[in-house]
Amino acid sequence: MMRAFAALAAWGLLVSASPPIPVDDALITGDTLPARLGEFHLLAGPYGQKPNAGVTPYRLNTPLFSDYAEKFRYFYVPPGKKIGWRDDGVLDFPVGSVLVKSFGYPIDMRAPTKGLRILETRLLIHRTSGWIALPYVWNADGSEATLRRAGMRINVSWIHLDGKPRAISYAIPNVNQCKGCHDDGAGGISLIGPKAHNLNRDGQLEAALRAGRIDHLPADIPRLPVWDDPASASVALRARAYLEVNCAHCHNPKGPANTSGLWLNWEQGPGPNLGIYKRPTAAGRGSGNDEFAIDPGHPERSIMLYRMQSLDPGIAMPELGRASVHQEGVALLSQWIAAMPVQPANQP
Amino acid sequence: MKPIPFFVAASLLALASPALADTIRVEPGADAQSRLQSALIDAKPGDIVEIGAGRFDLTDGLSLDVDRVTVRGAGPSATILSFKGQKGAGEGLLVTADDVVLRGFAVEDSRGDGIKSKGANRIVYHDLRVEWTGGPKASNGAYGVYPVESSDILIDKVTVKGASDAGIYVGQSKNIIVRNSLAMFNVAGIEIENCYGADVYQNVATHNAGGILVFDLPNLPQKGGHSVRIFSNRSERNDTPNFAPKGNIVAGVPNGTGVIIMANRDVHVFNNILGENGSTNIFIVGYRNSFTDTGYNPLPANVVIGGNMHGRAGYAPGPQFEGGAEMLAAMGSVPPIVWDGTGSNIRVTDKVPTLSLGLTDPKARATSANPAVVDLSQGAEPAMLAPIVLPQSMEAAIR
Repeated sequence: MMRAFAALAAWGLLVSASPPIPVDDALITGDTLPARLGEFHLLAGPYGQKPNAGVTPYRLNTPLFSDYAEKFRYFYVPPGKKIGWRDDGVLDFPVGSVLVKSFGYPIDMRAPTKGLRILETRLLIHRTSGWIALPYVWNADGSEATLRRAGMRINVSWIHLDGKPRAISYAIPNVNQCKGCHDDGAGGISLIGPKAHNLNRDGQLEAALRAGRIDHLPADIPRLPVWDDPASASVALRARAYLEVNCAHCHNPKGPANTSGLWLNWEQGPGPNLGIYKRPTAAGRGSGNDEFAIDPGHPERSIMLYRMQSLDPGIAMPELGRASVHQEGVALLSQWIAAMPVQPANQP
Repeated sequence: MKPIPFFVAASLLALASPALADTIRVEPGADAQSRLQSALIDAKPGDIVEIGAGRFDLTDGLSLDVDRVTVRGAGPSATILSFKGQKGAGEGLLVTADDVVLRGFAVEDSRGDGIKSKGANRIVYHDLRVEWTGGPKASNGAYGVYPVESSDILIDKVTVKGASDAGIYVGQSKNIIVRNSLAMFNVAGIEIENCYGADVYQNVATHNAGGILVFDLPNLPQKGGHSVRIFSNRSERNDTPNFAPKGNIVAGVPNGTGVIIMANRDVHVFNNILGENGSTNIFIVGYRNSFTDTGYNPLPANVVIGGNMHGRAGYAPGPQFEGGAEMLAAMGSVPPIVWDGTGSNIRVTDKVPTLSLGLTDPKARATSANPAVVDLSQGAEPAMLAPIVLPQSMEAAIR
């Protein structure tokens, strides 16, 4: 993914000949829902792979799994404004900010720079009335993306990392589904990814400070482990990072899945609410005939892993954006649960 | 200001309201998913989304996140939202806005729950059908209608068939009415779980494993369920073997149970017709699993049972009913009312035998039981629970 990104950035530098039209701040903070992505002038070039001036690419330590899609993230902060630093939760992006995420698939994941097809670009726009989520779908030649608030499905195929062909029905979420994850717990939309600990890599926070896009940085910035980099942290901490990013936007004490009592956010202490010896609440057949969300020592009978390995919409977790099993994520969580100490007193 | 005469004010209102509320019509046909979901997104507060008669073949869950919208079909046998081909989402229809009215349509064969509403205050479910058309199967979705974490809920004239957990399930909510509804061929017909204040009346629960359940579970944001009245219902012939996936609390519901009260306080069960329930008509129990939630009370308290009519019960106790077979052998049948012996202030004035298992801890196995027929009719008449009153707008919405 990194190589693909570097190649795109280099390509972007080559074609920046004519002075670009600046980002349309009035459109961002206005009250319309622009039908075409191009109207914002956030991205240029085929499939919008060239960010405009002020539109900054960023990466996360542990990203959300999205059916193996390649993802390109950018943030935009309007001139004269700064991101407010926050130790906990997401950084405070001022009104007029936009978070941009493009999703696509290469022909062959073993050569991710070749034949990349971008399917969609999602915007989260901070207006005075709050954040709004707008999904744009690219046309076949990558010349324009149009607003598709009701979402849609696209058949996608690629050669997977194992050299075998894969095909899925890729779901572009509708705006309600956007909010289904980006839920602020008070009727509005919130950010998920750009928390300080997840952004803290590759010097990108320091670069934002130098560019005057963030108000300050503390001396000691927390860092979320990189889920698939054993050098970054222990299995347990990487598993917790994986849960934080892939599950906790719903499974937290205030999120859309709070009523399950299963809370997988980074701050959650050990115990039943983290899933350990926790019985299902409203799982239905999602329980897979097992007793506990996490059954220590027994990944094979933990409901969490059963649901991560299912593609049935009545069972699968996460509920949205997963038409394939994330084998590598399943392996990490299995390793974590297998190593947990068994507490006989809690056995059924 | 001079007062406006009533008839002038009324006609001004009549003129004003059509301009405020739009009706968005959606008919069956190609691209139903996109057209119906677009209508639910484009609706403005006060609008009506009118779904025409016919079958809508949907590929994904639908969702509504706009306050004060009415979703109205041509009737639960005419407007059918079929989720047989559903590829994504945990439910058929999800509502996350306040003051929503759902009426006059059916949801069939959703892969997960049928209709879920969360944080949706003052929601009205009226004249609906949720059904898994292949009959009771473990592969059916969990809940038929599933309001959760909401205040003021009205479920009226709703039919649910085939849910692999509860047909009509209300969880972690406040101020609830479930009435005039029919639940059949579900594991649990109607379930009120971790709720504060519910009236359940004039419903029919039949051919489920368990008819009507009032439960409380630990480790959830809202617990300590209380103040529930179950009255004037028929919970009869609950004869479908329990088909819930293991792990879920309802998997422990004995086949053929009319009413179960678990770990709630202030529950009044009166004037119901109960019978032809193979395990027992009324079962009062504590929470049997181990738990670490220090704020959780696993015991029933202030349970009042009176004025119910009892038909035959206890002739075929389900395998989930620990000790049931032994009681059947010893007594010829299990009495129509069974109490595990835990909790406090259990009062029964029905004119049928009540069996206490004599347990002091709900977790104890039936082998340590000390069963005896008991008289729980003594003591002072407890105070009545106040009826549930919903905002007038909710009752008006279905008149």
